[in-house]
Amino acid sequence: MPLEKEGILSLEELARLPAWPSPERLAQGPVVIIECAQEIPCNPCEDACRQGAITVGEPITNLPQLAEDKCTGCGLCIAECPGQAIFVVDLTYSDTEATVQLPREFLPLPDKGEWVDGLDRAGEKVCAARVLKVLNPAVFDRTPVITVAVPKEFAMQVRNIARRG
Amino acid sequence: MQTTDLAVVGAGPAGLAAAIAAASAGVRVLLIDENARPGGQLFKQIHKFFGSKDHYAGTRGIDIGTRLLSDVEALGVEVMLDSVVWGIFADHTLGVIRDRRNVRVQAGSICLATGASENALAFPGWTLPGVMGAGAIQTLINVERVLPGKRVLMVGSGNVGLIVSYQLLQAGAQVVAVVEALPRVGGYGVHAGKLRRNGVPILTSTTIREARGKDRVEKATTVVLDERWRQVPGTEREYDVDVICLALGLTPLSELAWMAGCQFAYIPQLGGHVPIHDEDMQTTVPGIYVAGDLAGIEEASTAMEEGKLAGIAVAQALGHLSAAEACRRKEAVFKRLDELRSGPFGEARQKAKTRLCHPAVEEQSAPRPRPGPKHSERQG
Repeated sequence: MPLEKEGILSLEELARLPAWPSPERLAQGPVVIIECAQEIPCNPCEDACRQGAITVGEPITNLPQLAEDKCTGCGLCIAECPGQAIFVVDLTYSDTEATVQLPREFLPLPDKGEWVDGLDRAGEKVCAARVLKVLNPAVFDRTPVITVAVPKEFAMQVRNIARRG
Repeated sequence: MQTTDLAVVGAGPAGLAAAIAAASAGVRVLLIDENARPGGQLFKQIHKFFGSKDHYAGTRGIDIGTRLLSDVEALGVEVMLDSVVWGIFADHTLGVIRDRRNVRVQAGSICLATGASENALAFPGWTLPGVMGAGAIQTLINVERVLPGKRVLMVGSGNVGLIVSYQLLQAGAQVVAVVEALPRVGGYGVHAGKLRRNGVPILTSTTIREARGKDRVEKATTVVLDERWRQVPGTEREYDVDVICLALGLTPLSELAWMAGCQFAYIPQLGGHVPIHDEDMQTTVPGIYVAGDLAGIEEASTAMEEGKLAGIAVAQALGHLSAAEACRRKEAVFKRLDELRSGPFGEARQKAKTRLCHPAVEEQSAPRPRPGPKHSERQG
């Protein structure tokens, strides 16, 4: 299993996750992507969602389940996940671009409008990304959430950014 | 001679929780710590904890520490800092060095929450400056705000190794690789994922072979291990590094418990020799309790729950809590401990803790009398 061997989830492992949204739901607009694949005792995501879209239940080691029709893609769960395993992807952003919301606890934060490198799960640069939003309110407790626009085909690959220069 | 109802040795998460649980029931508590500040490792933990809301999930360790300290203060717990407990004697007397003087403390009950020390690994060059433990690095970067080096090789991929690697990146260092002798990543996949997407390789079945340098670490050589732990010739790889960080697990700091005459069990899953204790956290010596890493290496979240158990048990023994009320409070703690020790990462600890609490039951392979504390591996 790539996760145990290399610390990265393969696309096959990801697609098997109970919270993985359907292609139909992804085509409708912003939706949460929960990349949590191990049964660890943890459930803050469940309380974070005001729509009741995420369920862990009992036992607390259950993998999160997603009621995809309830998810609005608001992204409030992103900063709540202690494992930083939650993202929001919007495949409908434009004809050519998708957006990815990702947690990033590194200073200095990028600026809105800045061009950065889009990195995949292995930290490899896969495309250029444009910073659309940088959110860091007190309720996120020092886990800023960055929204970037990327070419659509990289929406399921980009999970991190690197500032240039 | 100073007297107290309960002396708690060690003001980390377990000791703080024990002091709070006992003091809030009306027990007079003295909390003793050798450091200048209480909190143990909590103030190095700048990451958000796992768990459920009941055990501070999503809250950073530093903020949990601040909360516990304000509880301790509000409850009027006496805190004795810069004080080393060097001995434990009959009638629950402690020998304490404070201000270079020997003070004696006479306690009704004692809760030992002394924590753990880091395991080291001997390899050629391991005494060079720049080879250091993960705890030291966490203190430097997160408490003292000093970066110990620019390029780091991390040895060990348990949660401590993964979390400290991430915090090194946050502090501005480069982590050239995390090496792990086992064929799989030891800690949580999500911690590994955070490192990987920041470009840090995690090399399983790989260990450190040598550190080299004139006056300090300049180079590290790693080597691949085969399935029988033999180094595979030709797989050596050299890195330019100025720090080699060892994150190889912890061993309970058990000297005082030995000195008190507690019976021990050797349980590798819990870090080695651990004092046998019951579900109240009481050892085989009446009136002496243990909690946290001393009672088996786990996490801060489980340490706090164990501390609570000891504090409740002492309050009950002294008549501050009725049996019914103590039972109600303990059941709530057992439930949270069971949660924290569930799942594939928690299973081994759960089983080991059950063995520790019910050694006789284990031998007879009889079922457990009640759903007691469960157990697993380390650090969230």
